[in-house]
Amino acid sequence: MKRASLVFAGLLLIALPLSLLAGRVWIDPAATPNAVLILSELRLPRAMLAIIVGGGLGAAGAAMQGYLRNPLADPGLFGIAPGAALGAVVALWFGFAASAWLLPLFALIGAGGAMALLAAIAGRTGGIALFTLAGLMVASLAGALTAFAISMAPNAFAMSEIVLWLNGALTDRSWREVWIAAPLVALGVFLLWRTGRSLDALTLGEPVARSLGIDSSRLLWLLILGIGLTVGASVAVAGIIGFVGLIVPHLVRPLTDRRPSQLILPSALAGALLVLVADSLVRILPLVTELRLGIALSLLGAPFFLWLLLRMRRGLA
Amino acid sequence: MILEAQGLSIAGRLDGVTCSLRPGDVTAICGPNGAGKSSLLLALAGLLDRDEGSVALGGTLHAGLADRARRIGYLPQAPEIAWDVTVRSIVELGRIPWRDQAREPVDAAIEALDLAGYEDRRAQALSGGEQARVLLARVLAGQPDWILADEPLAALDLAHQNALIRHLRAAADRGTGVVLVLHDLAMAMNHADRVLVLEEGRMVADGEPLEALSEDRISRTWGVNARWVHEKGARALIAT
Repeated sequence: MKRASLVFAGLLLIALPLSLLAGRVWIDPAATPNAVLILSELRLPRAMLAIIVGGGLGAAGAAMQGYLRNPLADPGLFGIAPGAALGAVVALWFGFAASAWLLPLFALIGAGGAMALLAAIAGRTGGIALFTLAGLMVASLAGALTAFAISMAPNAFAMSEIVLWLNGALTDRSWREVWIAAPLVALGVFLLWRTGRSLDALTLGEPVARSLGIDSSRLLWLLILGIGLTVGASVAVAGIIGFVGLIVPHLVRPLTDRRPSQLILPSALAGALLVLVADSLVRILPLVTELRLGIALSLLGAPFFLWLLLRMRRGLA
Repeated sequence: MILEAQGLSIAGRLDGVTCSLRPGDVTAICGPNGAGKSSLLLALAGLLDRDEGSVALGGTLHAGLADRARRIGYLPQAPEIAWDVTVRSIVELGRIPWRDQAREPVDAAIEALDLAGYEDRRAQALSGGEQARVLLARVLAGQPDWILADEPLAALDLAHQNALIRHLRAAADRGTGVVLVLHDLAMAMNHADRVLVLEEGRMVADGEPLEALSEDRISRTWGVNARWVHEKGARALIAT
């Protein structure tokens, strides 16, 4: 873990200053007019937000894969991101987007609702299969309600706002979003980090983990809260950014000793790095309008997922 | 420290099972498919909710999760190793109930199961027999008073069966209680100190192997006419 964490922390330290300078307009701190203002009020909060969002999604993915003992698990599958998105869509539907706090607040309420549903269904018994099914159910319910909200949008403007927002981005974000997301994601990553030992025990299956004294409902609560905070806060400030939670633990795992506990912190760092770099790239791309970060990561992520499946198929054949 | 079950009942699985097991013994639980062997083992390990009855260790009912985990090591029937971690990190999982990273018990368990030199090998690349040794080493590393194993020999070839049973016997000789669910009646006959026979959730025999696995008992419980053949201190079962 130490080595992987150091590598990604080092790369992050290199990428951060580069990302501050990169953009449609490359900044030369000495020559560009208003360089200090642009850096401190536009580029720095955006970079911080990329680090926070990516870190949360990376840690959530690592914990999720460890819990489900499945390298193809993604925190987005489990209802919390769709729940948060639904909350945000409701805020946009009612035209609350102009208010700075209401949209993230609604998204957090949506994430909280999804978490409560998950906990109500799966929390008491703590079984993994029930949790997975409950998550898929919550995800499809939130997805259906989101589609319903789009189809019933009061006007074309609200509809386009919703559709755009659903494809996550870090454009035009400020320190306000940083202050909303940072404490929630930090607490979430801390809770996920605390699941490490239980996730290690789960390597040998659920009965063995219980025989080792792992309290399965405590573990489930830690996961629901940890993923709810990281993913919910990320969606609240950036919209849906998929595939980070799936790809990152995959890329990081070979650099660790493969114990789930040793994957969480390096995945947080690598997730931060991935989103920071991807967000810098979408700023540089010479397109008429900026490519949405969520779309860019899906364009990267879906082929990666396919490649994984092909490799697995070859492994099975 | 005696492990006892009093009137244990679980709907559809166990029906009023009472037994009292001694540490230092190798106890085999036998019975036809669906007789409730694995359920009894899980209940003894405190891992299965029961409808009636109680399980007690050394006279006290099972205490908290952590306390139980320190006293009872459980080895499931179908071993699972979800991630390709090293042999050593699997054995170290045995220390989880103790919340320490003590090297000594881990080293001793690796030594006891002839796994020295395997520590850095990837667990998923090992053969079934090697994995079985690693998973038993994980149990030993927790230094439990009791080892409860469900069909530990099922997937192993003859040489590995003999090796594993030798390791379990060595643990019993050190004072650990060993309880095994066994399908192979000859294994139970030759290696157990005591055999419990279950039939449709009820205990129908409890005693020394010769008595609990008599030809008469096998005929009544398994519905198979079989004969024990005795040669050079070991017995083989021949179905007729």
